[in-house]
Amino acid sequence: MALVQQSSPHARRARPTSRVMLWVILAALPGLLAQTLFFGWGNLINVVWCIALALGSEAAFLKLRGKPVAFFLRDNTAAVTGLLLGLSLPQFTPWWVSGIAVVSAIVVAKQLYGGLGSNPFNPAMVGYALALISFPVAMTTNWAEAATLWGGAPGFGETLAKIFTGGQTAVDGWTMATPLDEYKHKIASHTSVEVLGHPTFGDLIARGWEWVNLAFLAGGVLLIALRIITWHIPVAFLAGIAAMSLAFGSNADQYAPLQLHLLAGGTMLGAFFIATDPVSAATSHQGKLIYGAGIGVLVYLIRSWGNYPDAVAFSVLLMNFAVPFIDHYTPPRTYGHHKARRGVPGRSGG
Amino acid sequence: MWTSFLIAVVVLLALALVFGGLLGFASERFKVEGNPLVDQIDSLLPQTQCGQCGFPGCRPYAESIANGDAINKCPPGGESTIKALADLLDVEPQPLDAEHGVEQAKRVAVIREDECIGCTKCIQACPVDAILGAAKHMHTVIESECTGCDLCVEPCPVDCIDMITIEPDIRTWTWTPPVPQIIATDRQGASA
Amino acid sequence: MTQLWDFTGGIHPPENKHQSTARPIRKAAMPDRLVLPLQQHIGEPAELVVAVGDRVLKGQKIADVTNGMGVPVHAPTSGVIEAIEQRPVPHPSGMADWCVVLKSDGEDQWCALSPIDDYKQLEREAVLQRIREAGISGMGGAGFPTDIKLRPPRDRKVDTLILNGAECEPYITADDMTMREQAAEVVAGLKVMAWILRPSRCVVGIEDNKPEAIAAMRQAVAGTQIEIAVVPTKYPSGGEKQLIQILTGQEVPSGGIPADIGVMCQNIGTAVAVGRAVFEGKPLISRVVTVTGEAVREPGNFEVLIGTPIHHLLETAGMSQERLDRLILGGPMMGYTLTTDSVPVVKTTNCVIAATAAELPAPPPEQPCIRCGQCAEACPMELLPQQLFWYSKAGEFEKAEHLNLFDCIECGACSYVCPSSIPLVQYYRFAKGEIRTQRAEQLKADRARERFEARQARLEREQQEKELRRKERAKAAAEAQAKKQAEAEMAAADGQASDDRAAKAALVQQALERKKAKTAADTKEQPVPSSTEVADDKPDIEALEKQLTQAEAKLNTMQGMLDEARSQQADNVEKLERAVAKNHDRVQRAQQALDQARKQVAEEPASSQ
Repeated sequence: MALVQQSSPHARRARPTSRVMLWVILAALPGLLAQTLFFGWGNLINVVWCIALALGSEAAFLKLRGKPVAFFLRDNTAAVTGLLLGLSLPQFTPWWVSGIAVVSAIVVAKQLYGGLGSNPFNPAMVGYALALISFPVAMTTNWAEAATLWGGAPGFGETLAKIFTGGQTAVDGWTMATPLDEYKHKIASHTSVEVLGHPTFGDLIARGWEWVNLAFLAGGVLLIALRIITWHIPVAFLAGIAAMSLAFGSNADQYAPLQLHLLAGGTMLGAFFIATDPVSAATSHQGKLIYGAGIGVLVYLIRSWGNYPDAVAFSVLLMNFAVPFIDHYTPPRTYGHHKARRGVPGRSGG
Repeated sequence: MWTSFLIAVVVLLALALVFGGLLGFASERFKVEGNPLVDQIDSLLPQTQCGQCGFPGCRPYAESIANGDAINKCPPGGESTIKALADLLDVEPQPLDAEHGVEQAKRVAVIREDECIGCTKCIQACPVDAILGAAKHMHTVIESECTGCDLCVEPCPVDCIDMITIEPDIRTWTWTPPVPQIIATDRQGASA
Repeated sequence: MTQLWDFTGGIHPPENKHQSTARPIRKAAMPDRLVLPLQQHIGEPAELVVAVGDRVLKGQKIADVTNGMGVPVHAPTSGVIEAIEQRPVPHPSGMADWCVVLKSDGEDQWCALSPIDDYKQLEREAVLQRIREAGISGMGGAGFPTDIKLRPPRDRKVDTLILNGAECEPYITADDMTMREQAAEVVAGLKVMAWILRPSRCVVGIEDNKPEAIAAMRQAVAGTQIEIAVVPTKYPSGGEKQLIQILTGQEVPSGGIPADIGVMCQNIGTAVAVGRAVFEGKPLISRVVTVTGEAVREPGNFEVLIGTPIHHLLETAGMSQERLDRLILGGPMMGYTLTTDSVPVVKTTNCVIAATAAELPAPPPEQPCIRCGQCAEACPMELLPQQLFWYSKAGEFEKAEHLNLFDCIECGACSYVCPSSIPLVQYYRFAKGEIRTQRAEQLKADRARERFEARQARLEREQQEKELRRKERAKAAAEAQAKKQAEAEMAAADGQASDDRAAKAALVQQALERKKAKTAADTKEQPVPSSTEVADDKPDIEALEKQLTQAEAKLNTMQGMLDEARSQQADNVEKLERAVAKNHDRVQRAQQALDQARKQVAEEPASSQ
């Protein structure tokens, strides 16, 4: 009688990594939907292209490393990286720019560091930052104008052509700077009221962008309810931005107002989907709060005083550097101890 | 142009002098007596005092390592000791030097008391005085103190000492680490 | 309403308890052989106090611990001691240990019992001794001797006595059924323990998924001060540390025991055993065991004799061999798999799960850790299982220890929630084992080093002493020589006539000193023959004359013996001839020496000094 021999526990909750990743993809769909509705087919095409390329490059590299391909592809993590990049990149990004972003995200930031679970930096953001620094023009002039799908946005075929063949097409007329970009550049010479009158800023605060951000917020709340992520990072992130804005940027004639920060750009996507990437984020609750707040503060700093209109990618990467240090100094206080054992464990112990 | 060049050189020289002086002062003022490194190395060695490394005991080998000797000469210490020494000294770990012996399971010496003639040769050979006995009296190995160095086996004129491997028993058993399992179909694509 | 606190983390696995609570506790049939491990408790293994071949009665003590901590083992039924040998015992390693094999004679005859009428009349120590003699150790799983546990160290007073009726692990219902059917016995035992400890508060913690047990216990404690606290169902609220936190809001200090904060936690089964030992005089020889799993036809709880082989129990419950895939001793969260079903039930066995492959499927292959933090969310001890995993896997055990690895209670909640199916608990067990082994080896190495250094010191010391002795000998010899020369000079300078006697005295003195020096000298040195001495020192006429006389006398004796031997044709003639020859030589030499000495003395005044 060959009985199975194993260590306890013998029961397991049925929520493997692949299912967790599927939920993340599902939770991002409302945001993707909003993007498609308000900005056209660009994001959707990018998402499909990026996911395909992500899976492909991961498969190729796993084969090169001699690892079982299907086993690792099945956990859907490469798909999520592709999705996040597709969501973050400008709608009309040329295929080769997004291609380079995806491939560097998967190959350089993930596989070369050791594969799943070993990357110190957020792979999607590494790809984004790489593309942004290497191809600044392509990454800043390809944002679509907020125009609803039925209200005149470029058609599917046109968008496809623009992305994959580039060049001068009729679609060029549909690009526009993002609201944050717009505000940042215009506020130097106009008052806040004047700036906000621009059609980019729509009814609420940022035409199209506000709905996208609200949709991502909804998806994020779903993830928290499912306990796939905890509330610490998103709340700390948003609180960081809010605190900075209230402290330094209350004058709308100098700085973008708080609503704009929260509802435009990649704020909600960053808060709930990007900063919460578990592999590169801090571990303990206290650590997550510090990590999230740090990202929020950096986002505000770079947006207001830095060169870039949106800063989620850079802020996340900068805080990724700090994660090991944060982890060493914010372990939880274990049951039965008076206080947590902080600090880096040395060779001579404790 | 040349003035700025000169200024740069002078400034750098001055900085170098200042910091060099500081370092020299620090190396004198905070000098550590003796060589704590030898103690640290010695604490990593298994203390069997067997001499397989070629030195009469663990401390002489530790001193030799501190002077740059190879770290892979200790068979009783085995892989784990080589690795620990490599970590301590920041050198590359090397496989055990087969010239000095091979790593074996832990053993203890056992004297077959019926055959012992009481010559005390093994008592004199044992580096940790783990053999109890006197001239013309029975000798026996104190099992808990024996390090398994087997220096006592040779001197015995009647060859009555055995080296017995210590078998694991229910009280010394420990869990093995999990071995990652890949299912067969996935493994087909992999070479590892 | 009892105030309750909560502990962080915890999980809610499916309970699977209804299968084994459908029937009342049944008595398991008597097996023909009982296998009794000599160590079913924490401490030293017990030693046999009966012999192989003896007939023993039910409840008779068959093994006891005399050196160290432990409790005795009793015969669960009457029969004959068949053997004492190595048999597989319930242990995750599947290894064997010393067991007594008892062949039952079917009569089930009790030995003489001596129940206590009123335990309150006795001294506490007497009752504790009774508990020890009944062989009672913790039946919740650890097996710590109960009498020692009930004697907290001198300066600790137990204020709160908790009875652990939580039974949080899925599948297990032994305590539940015990509380339902034997509530009175539980309370009786609890009262004895309370009388021993005199706590200010007695509380029984029961999870809210056991309404019948709660009702039965409430009825049994009616009229007493004992509280019944209903705690929310969450795994692992039955862990001692967690239950204490729930019921008192306090935490047991790391590395300490609950008595450190004035709390004690006992198992339901242990309370029943204590009651039986005191009121009925019966030792611990049986316990309630849950037999469940989809491979058994009639799952339920059984009152089983200690030592019953598991396969016997499984047969009683109707197990189907073909469907059996995994045999677990304990619960699905903390139990271990068995390699054979011939292991016996021991004092700490609370459950046997005969699982099919579908019921407890094999885990999917381990994937890389994605650092999601679910494990930290679930951990009831507020550890960082993720970091512990990384360090254990990398072999960085010092760092794992720094993160409080040894506070892990191995409850399995972290492994349960891990999306990557990493067997976390196994990594921690492995790391703990490695650290313990390393500590033991370090201790041994340090001792070896001390002994080596002591031996080196001893050898050095002996060497030094030898050197010292040799130096002193040389010095003494040199001194003696110098002194003698000085005196002789003095004697010569002081004139001859009147100092003839003085010279003689000086000569005698010198001879005495020489002799002293000689005895202190190295025994290896050959005794210097008198002739050479004569050449170095002043001749000693008297001594030489005496030597001559002695030698002559000896020669005469030997000659006489030789003559006798010759006349008797004895065997030793040759030997005697040799001896005679030797003595003859000796006489001659003595004569020569004497002559030379006389000559020298005569010549002396002429020699210049």
